[in-house]
Amino acid sequence: MIWNEHIECMDREAMQKLQNERLQKMIDRIYFNVPFYRKKLQEIGFTPGDVTSIEQLKDLPLTTKDDLRDNYPFGLFAVPQSEVVRVHASSGTTGKPTVVGYTRKDLDTWSEVMARTLTSAGATKNDVVHIAYGYGLFTGGLGVHYGAEKIGATVIPISGGNTKRQIQLMKDFGSTILACTPSYSLFLAEAMAEEGLKPSDFKLRAGVFGAEPWTEEMRKEIESKLNILAIDIYGLSEVIGPGVAAECPHKKGLHIYEDHFIPEIIDPVTLKVLPYGEIGELVFTTVTKQALPLLRYRTRDLTRLTLDKCECGRTLVRMEKCLGRSDDMLIIRGVNVFPSQIESVLLEMRETRPHYLLIVDRVNNLDTLEVWVEVDDQFFSDEVKQLENLRKKIQYNIETTLGVSATIKLVEPKTIERSEGKAKRVIDKRKLK
Amino acid sequence: MIIKQITVFLENKKGRLTEVTRILMENNINMSALSIADTADFGLLRMIVDDPEKAEKTLKNEGFAIHINEVVCMIVPDEPGGLYRALDILTKNDISVEYLYAFSNDSKSASVVIRTDEIEKTIEVLQKNQIKLVKASQLYKI
Repeated sequence: MIWNEHIECMDREAMQKLQNERLQKMIDRIYFNVPFYRKKLQEIGFTPGDVTSIEQLKDLPLTTKDDLRDNYPFGLFAVPQSEVVRVHASSGTTGKPTVVGYTRKDLDTWSEVMARTLTSAGATKNDVVHIAYGYGLFTGGLGVHYGAEKIGATVIPISGGNTKRQIQLMKDFGSTILACTPSYSLFLAEAMAEEGLKPSDFKLRAGVFGAEPWTEEMRKEIESKLNILAIDIYGLSEVIGPGVAAECPHKKGLHIYEDHFIPEIIDPVTLKVLPYGEIGELVFTTVTKQALPLLRYRTRDLTRLTLDKCECGRTLVRMEKCLGRSDDMLIIRGVNVFPSQIESVLLEMRETRPHYLLIVDRVNNLDTLEVWVEVDDQFFSDEVKQLENLRKKIQYNIETTLGVSATIKLVEPKTIERSEGKAKRVIDKRKLK
Repeated sequence: MIIKQITVFLENKKGRLTEVTRILMENNINMSALSIADTADFGLLRMIVDDPEKAEKTLKNEGFAIHINEVVCMIVPDEPGGLYRALDILTKNDISVEYLYAFSNDSKSASVVIRTDEIEKTIEVLQKNQIKLVKASQLYKI
């Protein structure tokens, strides 16, 4: 099912024309209304009329999260505060929060792209959408909420937390679509199993999961434990929130709503634009946003793009499931390591739970990697040698896949902290010293 | 003749064994025999208790990884060569022992809990050779 066939199945030429028009208008807006961008554009000798095509994006300046922080709270807004009807903000655990604003039209845009997202996952007005993303300053809850309302579904705005009640209401209300982080969906699945409940006790048929990177193996696990179709959705509050891109049931990459958000892939080190198919950092230009238009915003997410037509009929450019974050990347003894790679190794083995913790340290000037893995009832026995073999196997698989050696520590079930939001998977002690 | 043994995965952390024994005490579960296999990072607590099902359920609920498997318990004379004669029978019948643990009952005999790769064959071979085996019900009562 396609929410907006006109846009989502538009031919390339028409899409590019639309993007060019919208980009020109956006450059006007930021040049005249945002001193930060005017200065940046003037520095490279640009005036508004100069930009006529998205091909020129590569010559325009990039925007980073630091730029948002430096202009905290409303410095990058392109409209007077009287036009801003909503503000969201990141938790700001690593400094000042990142603040984003919306005009009434921005909220309409958000509803539109989330309606596309949910329709893409197969949702219709007949569905009951259980929204366990947090509501509040975080964009997850309200974003899905708008889209679900727009398609006319029945919305359960339960927000995060209180797992027991989540399960109770999901069962009693006959929720059919679950929206939350992928790690929380597994947490819910475990809690259901502990209460002796089976997937057949629920009416769930699909889930829209995002806000953190997750692997194909994790998808398989969610799908089998909850007996649902697990759809990856992508978004970030700086760009709009959830609703930037979403998979269709073919699960072959996420369709980017590029009539609003123009994607590029750059090399995170040289900052040069990379061609389709190459892995790099995803960058967005938000051509229709009024309150907070961002020019070439660096997401830090690593992926690649393809223009191949999808079996679902959409012609929108697709991004591969995020492969990690350029700033989550750990450099261990000179090797680039993404926590998601270790998760893949563990899940592929099917002999442990997908809960792990990486502890990176530096001993005698040498980086060390310790991986904590929970022992599972199903794969452990009364024999020591079997557990030792498991440990050696994990160690071998990590070393062959990642190219770094690791110490494996088997720990008791449930000793690694479960998250109800984003999972904490890495403790880098090198930073603490 | 098959006896159910419970294995609990324990991290090498202070107080974990105490915790298991506390849970068993609070649930009125009695241990008849136990042994611990330890490595640098973790230990495996193997035990025989009077109510294996209850112990399994209770410990699982408390978040422990539990494994149940089958062992046999034989009675050998408490004298030089007592264990040798039983093990020699197993070796001659091509049965390998994964591990065992033993305790003396009185001055005359000892109980030996034994885990082999083929439990049915072990029972058959030992019985054929007049080695006395303890029934589950008897052992749970110790």
